[in-house]
Parts: sequence; structure tokens; C-alpha cells
Amino acid sequence: MSADRIWQRFTPAERMARFVVFLVAAILLAWSFRTVEIIPEFLMDAPEQVADLFKRMWPVDYAYYERGVHAVLIETLHIATLGTIMTLGIAIPVGIMAASNVCRVPALNWLATFILVSSRSVNTLVWALLFVAVFGPGTLAGTVTIAVRSIGFVGKLFGEALEESAPGPIEALRAAGAPWISVFLKGYWPQVSPAFWGIALFRWDINVRESSVIGLVGAGGIGMALDEALNLFHWDRVALILVCIFAVVVIAEVFVTHIRKRII
Amino acid sequence: MSTATVARPAPFAVNWWARFGYLLAVLYCLYALSILDISWDRLLAGMDNGARFLGAMFPPEFKRWKLLVDNLLESLQIALISSLFGVLISLPVGLCASRNLMPDWLTWPARAFIAVCRSFHPVIFAILFVKAVGFGPLAGILTLIFASIGFVAKLFAEAIEEISLKPVEAARAAGAPFLSVLTFAVLPQVLNRFIGFSTYQVDSNLRNSTMIGIVGAGGIGGTLAAAFQRFDYSFVCAILLAIIALIMVSEYVAVRVKGVFQ
Repeated sequence: MSADRIWQRFTPAERMARFVVFLVAAILLAWSFRTVEIIPEFLMDAPEQVADLFKRMWPVDYAYYERGVHAVLIETLHIATLGTIMTLGIAIPVGIMAASNVCRVPALNWLATFILVSSRSVNTLVWALLFVAVFGPGTLAGTVTIAVRSIGFVGKLFGEALEESAPGPIEALRAAGAPWISVFLKGYWPQVSPAFWGIALFRWDINVRESSVIGLVGAGGIGMALDEALNLFHWDRVALILVCIFAVVVIAEVFVTHIRKRII
Repeated sequence: MSTATVARPAPFAVNWWARFGYLLAVLYCLYALSILDISWDRLLAGMDNGARFLGAMFPPEFKRWKLLVDNLLESLQIALISSLFGVLISLPVGLCASRNLMPDWLTWPARAFIAVCRSFHPVIFAILFVKAVGFGPLAGILTLIFASIGFVAKLFAEAIEEISLKPVEAARAAGAPFLSVLTFAVLPQVLNRFIGFSTYQVDSNLRNSTMIGIVGAGGIGGTLAAAFQRFDYSFVCAILLAIIALIMVSEYVAVRVKGVFQ
């Protein structure tokens, strides 16, 4: 009789929930496919256009590097680095405010969450548009963009790391009568500092990528050279700039992975 | 009893290397600030400007809500379609890139492809695809498919590399063909994580789809850039609020969906 029993992994409610998720996803997709405005001629034409694009990009105009790319490439790296350092200064207090075990005021927790969410929800390019409108085109707008955009990422992860820290050392320090600054520096900080530097490096890596495009809306860096080359249809220069961005991004990633392995 | 004193290291010793590092960071900041020509005056001038800018933004103007909603829906469509194809393509690519199941000659090309997809910001893909297929949502969809592959396929590959090989070995020992090994020994171990990555990617594609319109690849970004160029800041504010609302809703939905599959 026990052989007849049918074993099921999920309860009917769970299966129903899964089914609803798949159904809604399918409906949304069907709606998207039916209503999205795609011109089929453009899709048919694409391979030809891509071939044309690569033909125009080849040969890559390496001679232009010295003249037009090197300076902005360095500028890009400075924007990414300075922006990341500025972020760390802002994200540490915001992260502390967001961690509910460190900061026990719910209102401040909420405020921190609001800052973090709004920083992350608005895309880098949109932040760049805003800050170009505020500060005018140039590196200042780019640096502030990178800094503001990264607060959400660094602050959220730093706050989570703080929330996961062990309460033992904190209690010991409090019991010994340490003021809160000592509690933070000697209790929390040693526990979270490897995570913190890991997060900072990871964000720097992302920022190198992002700072290479914010120039497209006028916020400084190699994106401005890219924008100029695109507007003038200098596709061989576009190719050179893309190669440079690729190289820098790959080097940054290798560098970051190497250091992260050592500190974590 | 011996009274030999034990030399103990100071519990809160000064870490000179760390202090040296902080000093270097401060020096670098000063150097970079001077190189980038960023000064306090410019920042203050910007603050002044920013106050006027914020003044122009409020109150947000929702008079053209129809345009706003249409373009937001287009962003949503781009995000959904590109996520579907992105995930579908990521499955085989991620599998090919996993070093514990596939031979070297297959993992290298797959990994190189993923690296290229990951290295370029979506905006750069968007520019190239706008050139290739013209303005409109199609360019946006293609862009985000590539962006999705870069992210999801990498995580798929890592998830597959972390599986326990025992079920795989058992299935192989029982003479299962390759496809059965995948469906019965590999997939059950990674399906939950796959769904997690996919919902995350839908979320991320939605964020990006609100931005790629700035370079002409469809969605709300085009409207936003146009509003900026017309100095129509109250409409800009309305668009930004709508984007933030959409993303918050999608984050909430993503959490719920993950809860269902836990």
C-alpha cells in the first residue's frame, strides 16, 4: 500500500505560485512581442550594415592614440579613481546609518535606505546628464556622477557587512566602557575592513567601465573622444577608442581580482 | 613561581602601513583634483546652478503622461524580450564555458566571448547596434541581449563549476547520454540559482533599458534626453520619478518571485 503513495516535492500552494509566475511571464512576453515596434527591413539589413561597420573600422587608426586618446584615457582613470574615493567618504556614514545593529534609530535607517535606493535606481548616464546640467560639461560633472552613483552600491554592501559582524567584540568593548568611536574603530572596523576594501575595489572596477561612457553626454573622459569620433564618422578612430577601453577594462579587472585574492 | 614577563604585542598597535596608505590616498586626491581642474569655486558655482536647476524641476509636470507611459512601456518590452533571449543564449554559452564539464578547446572561446560582452558598457553596444539596425527598440533589444550574456552566462558557468560531480558520475556510470546527464545530474543542482540570476538580470535590463534611449536605442531614455535638450526640466523630473517608481516596483516583484522559488 505504501508503494502507491505519490511523493511530491512541493505543496499545491507552491506549485500554484510557480505556475502563476510562469504564466505571468509568458503573458508579459507575448504582449511585448506583439506590441514592440520593430521594423523587419532593418533586421534583414543588419548583417550588411555590420559588415560595412567593420570594414570602416579597419584598419584601426593607431597613429591617433598619441594625439587624441592618451590624455583622455588617463583622465578617465582619474575620474574613476577620484570618484570612487569620494564615494567611500560618503558611503561609510550612509552605510553605518543603514546598518540597523549599529544605528538604532529607525528614522535614520529609512533615510539611509532612501539615499541608497535613489542612488542606485537612477542610471549612471542619467546622473551624468543631471550633473552636466548642474556643473557644465567637463570632468567635475563626471567625477561627481561616479561618486553619487556608487554610493548606493558601496553603502548597501558596507551596511550589510556591518549587520553581519559578530556582536562579541562589540559587547566586550562596550562593557569596558569604550566610547562609540572606539567601539566602531576597534570593534566593527577590523571585522568589516576586508569586505569594505573588497567592495571598494570592485566598485572601482565598475567605475572604470562607467567613466568610459559618461563622456558621451559631456561628462569628461574618453567618452568625449568617442562621441567626437562617432559624430565625425571616423570609424577607424572609434575602433581605436574601443580597443583602448577594452584593454583598460581588462587590465583593471585583472588588477582588482589579483588584489582581492590577497586581502580576502 | 617564575615572574618572567611575557612580551605581548600591543592590542591596539598602530598600523603604519595603513596610515602610509591613507596619506598616499590623500596626496593622490590632491594631485587628481589639480589635474582634473576641480576646485572649490567651481563646486560652489555648481551648487548655485544646481539650486536653480532643482527649482526648475519642481513641480514635476505630468501633462504629457501619455508619451511618458508609452515610452516606459517600450522600455519594459525591451527589457523583457532581451532578458528572454539573453537567458536562452546564456544557457548554452555558460555550459560551454564551465571547465568541469567541457573540454578546454570549447571553454576558451566561450570565455572570450563572455569577456567581450562584459567589458563593454551597454551604451557602447547600443551605439554600435544603432548604427547596425537603425534607431528604435530593436537596437535596444540587441544591446541588452549582449549585456545579459556577459553577466548571466558568466554566473551560469560559475554555478555549474561549483556543482557536486557525484550525481554526474553516477549518471555517466549508468550509461546516461550527455543530455540526460545535463537534465538529471546538472540542472537540478543549479536551477534555483539560474532563476535567481535571471530575475536579477530582468531587473538590471530594466534599469539599462531606461538609459540606452539616450543614444537612440528606444525606450524612455530618448524622451529623457530630448527633454534635457529642450531644458524642459519639470518634464525631466516627471520622467525620473516614473523611472524610479518602475524600478522600485520591479525590485519588489523580483523579491517576491525569488521567494516563490526559494
